[in-house]
Amino acid sequence: MLKRILLAEDNENDVELTLTALVENNLANEVVVVRDGAEAWDFLRREGTFTGRNGGNPAVVLLDLKMPKVDGLELLRRMRQDVRFRTVPVVVLTSSREESDIIQSYQLGVNAFVVKPVAFKEFVGAVKNLGLFWAVLNEPPPDRLQSPSPV
Amino acid sequence: MRVPRTTIRRKLVTAMMLTSTTVLLLVGAVFVAHDVVSFRRFIVQTLVTRADILAANSTAALAFRNPEDASQVLDALKTDPRMIAAALYDQQGLLFATYPLSVSPGVVPSASGPIGHRFEKSDLVVSRPVVEDGRRLGTLYLKSDLQELDNRLRVGAVVVLLAVFGSIAVAFALSTWLQRRIAQPILALAGVAKSVSERKDFSVRSKAAGDDEVGVLAGAFDEMLSEIQQRDREIRLLNADLERRVVARTAELEAANKELEAFSYSVSHDLRAPLRHIDGFVDLLAKHAAPSLDEKGRRQLATISAAARRMGALIDDLLVFSRMGRSEMSKTSVDLSALAKEVVQDLRGDAKDRCVEWKLGQLPTVQGDPSMLRLVLTNLLSNALKYSGPKKEARIEVGANSQNGELIISVRDNGVGFDPAYSHKLFGVFQRLHGMNEFEGTGIGLANVRRIVSRHGGRTWAEGAINEGATFYFSLPK
Repeated sequence: MLKRILLAEDNENDVELTLTALVENNLANEVVVVRDGAEAWDFLRREGTFTGRNGGNPAVVLLDLKMPKVDGLELLRRMRQDVRFRTVPVVVLTSSREESDIIQSYQLGVNAFVVKPVAFKEFVGAVKNLGLFWAVLNEPPPDRLQSPSPV
Repeated sequence: MRVPRTTIRRKLVTAMMLTSTTVLLLVGAVFVAHDVVSFRRFIVQTLVTRADILAANSTAALAFRNPEDASQVLDALKTDPRMIAAALYDQQGLLFATYPLSVSPGVVPSASGPIGHRFEKSDLVVSRPVVEDGRRLGTLYLKSDLQELDNRLRVGAVVVLLAVFGSIAVAFALSTWLQRRIAQPILALAGVAKSVSERKDFSVRSKAAGDDEVGVLAGAFDEMLSEIQQRDREIRLLNADLERRVVARTAELEAANKELEAFSYSVSHDLRAPLRHIDGFVDLLAKHAAPSLDEKGRRQLATISAAARRMGALIDDLLVFSRMGRSEMSKTSVDLSALAKEVVQDLRGDAKDRCVEWKLGQLPTVQGDPSMLRLVLTNLLSNALKYSGPKKEARIEVGANSQNGELIISVRDNGVGFDPAYSHKLFGVFQRLHGMNEFEGTGIGLANVRRIVSRHGGRTWAEGAINEGATFYFSLPK
């Protein structure tokens, strides 16, 4: 069974290419796309446009670093400081190979860091691997572990 | 500053004392000598006169051959304690009378001697003629002791010594006083020089007045100190200015570095994205429009795609190169032999279907950044492998030697080599001596090698000829 993927990506082209890659590999039926970190934060907390949405936390967050309003690193920081989202797997999917970005991401507790290859075929391969691993193979932490136990 | 063993004070006093004492001793000696000579002359004269008087008184006794009278005349000598003996001789030179009356033998000669005087051991002896009316009647002999002369000498010596000691005391007092006047300014000058050299305090002044040479010296010294103080101040000002400028320049450099980092970040993040999109959408288009495209159209799409990918590779290489120059370098012991073996192991996988003979010589252990040095060896060895591709049997040798305090590592291949006329271009960024269709690559590898080696304090160079292989060298300081 496919688990839900949250894709945080501001660039239209990237969204289209990523979704295409997921579709090619039959991984696209449970993907939520948000355009910046603030929207992603709303989705996670079921606030704003996502008030009352269905389902629990995503199985994985595919996170672009450079986004308007709240960038990827900031979102990652907020998630890791919030007991509800601390254990949600996050994969940074970015154009940057900057060492400082990689170091900061891992310091903030990212689960994986993937640099988008320029060649589309490689990109498709990378997205396929990611989707297969995080949305199919990997067992995400159960929801009750992520939320504080009901009083 | 060295402490002088003898002070100038002591030297001055010693010089003055030595001079005055020597002069005094010389003068005293001359004085005593002169006194002794004139006194001897005086006592000889006195004795001769006395002898002449006695001779005159003795003429009657000799003429009448009356020895009692003669003895009586001679006996008058007893009033003078200095008289030891006297004798009167007759015309024939025979002893006539003596003083004292009975004289021990040998005290007076038994016969008259020549007229004159002479000094014997401690006596003065005088012989005078006894003459009356031009007729020689006999000879008078007188013997006196030299007690008086000895006394005189002793007194003279004592006086001279007293004078010398007195003078030495006066000279000492005088020279001490004089010395103080002469040495004071010199000592003050020495004190100033000492405090300058010990405390490096150039603000002190000797202020030693005086119109003599010491005054001139002190003046010159003070002037020199002023000059040094002035220059010291100027140097301090210059230094402060320089430091300020260094701080400003450092800030500028830091700002520039930050800007460069921001630039490379932006290149890394923003420039690659459109390239990805080009390649991605070309791929999508190719799939989408494949049926309606002819061979030419498909080739053009492939070219767009390849160009985008190549630009991606160039950007990646440029970023690595820029990182090589900026990233911090660690410094640990790196065993180049082990490193080369690992690199060759990695490369062997890429050349499974080729016949390559690897010859790894003994390489030294050096101080440096392991990952950077690995990149150097990887670039050089993969180049050697790449450019020896056309050879049926490729041979790649790695060696090292030590020369002029440097370690020199060489990588030699028997590949296509290069035209030595362009060897200066080899290590430039994106410089290639071969066409893309001959050998792939962006041309960043050797630029990285040069940058890393130069950051380790070494040099890079290459030798080669077309179709005769190439040797690449890099040096590392020991």
